[in-house]
Amino acid sequence: MLELIKQPWPWYFSGFMIVVIMLLLVFWGKSFGFSANLRNLCAMAGAGRKVKFFDFDWKSQQWNLLFLVGAIIGGFISSHYLSDPNELQLSATTIKDLKQLNISFNGELNPTELFSLQTLTEPKTIFLLLFGGILVGFGSRYAGGCTSGHAISGLSNFQFPSLLAIIGFFIGGLLMTFFFMPYLFKI
Amino acid sequence: MKAIKFILAGILFGIVMSKSEAISWFRIQEMFRFQSFHMYGIIGTAVVLGALSVMMIKRFKLKDTAKQPIVFKDKDKGYYRYIFGGIIFGLGWALTGACPGPMFVNIGYGYLSMLIVVAGALLGTLIYGIIKDRLPH
Repeated sequence: MLELIKQPWPWYFSGFMIVVIMLLLVFWGKSFGFSANLRNLCAMAGAGRKVKFFDFDWKSQQWNLLFLVGAIIGGFISSHYLSDPNELQLSATTIKDLKQLNISFNGELNPTELFSLQTLTEPKTIFLLLFGGILVGFGSRYAGGCTSGHAISGLSNFQFPSLLAIIGFFIGGLLMTFFFMPYLFKI
Repeated sequence: MKAIKFILAGILFGIVMSKSEAISWFRIQEMFRFQSFHMYGIIGTAVVLGALSVMMIKRFKLKDTAKQPIVFKDKDKGYYRYIFGGIIFGLGWALTGACPGPMFVNIGYGYLSMLIVVAGALLGTLIYGIIKDRLPH
């Protein structure tokens, strides 16, 4: 059983499990949306004293912050007890394309060039990670949700705004991948 | 118990995101380059099963564990915020390979550089909160 869990999970089982998580939250009277936590964290840190957007009862969102704590623990459990010794099965064309951007495939989840602690000595890496984070944080709040809130919860409820947001996600993702990344990574 | 169950659901989420490799920067790149079905399969399965579940909950007027009717809130009307916000989000998603959930899962997984991405995401959220009234929604 444990051996089975340790293997990478097929897409259909992963998709099914995401719905299980969404339904757990729905039946507990909540809704699945992770990026709301970024707003909750800002409010928790006291941003509500200066900015109205963060002046709300974040304690009513405590359940979502607990979910966030769980997500971190879940990542820890996966890497320490459930990890698979084999390389990630990345498409050969992706490996080839990324090589042209000076990103080498290391068989792990994330590239060494961006996420190893050693590369943090380079200001450029810090800039890219921080800048990318700002875009994700700003964009998800502006769009009123992220992948969980729009792509999963929103589309499941046939929300037209969520479809618009997902079209936006892809326009942005394609622009970054094909137009900006060649500049950002080759400099 | 109330607190524990949300932590447990979060743990399950963290494990699902890790084992499905949805927290992988490489997988997100593969998705945006249309070079594998993997991520589309995950999201597609979730949307189809999710939509069926939501329809059933509405059809049979199911109640939650506190015996309250389950209501699905409609998203606010508008176009600009979803398109522009979506595009900005997508730019960051492709660059960092992480949407908000996976950022935190990655930290637990051991990718501590993601703390910088999270710091950025909090900063981005803060900036939105400050200038939101000046943006088209």
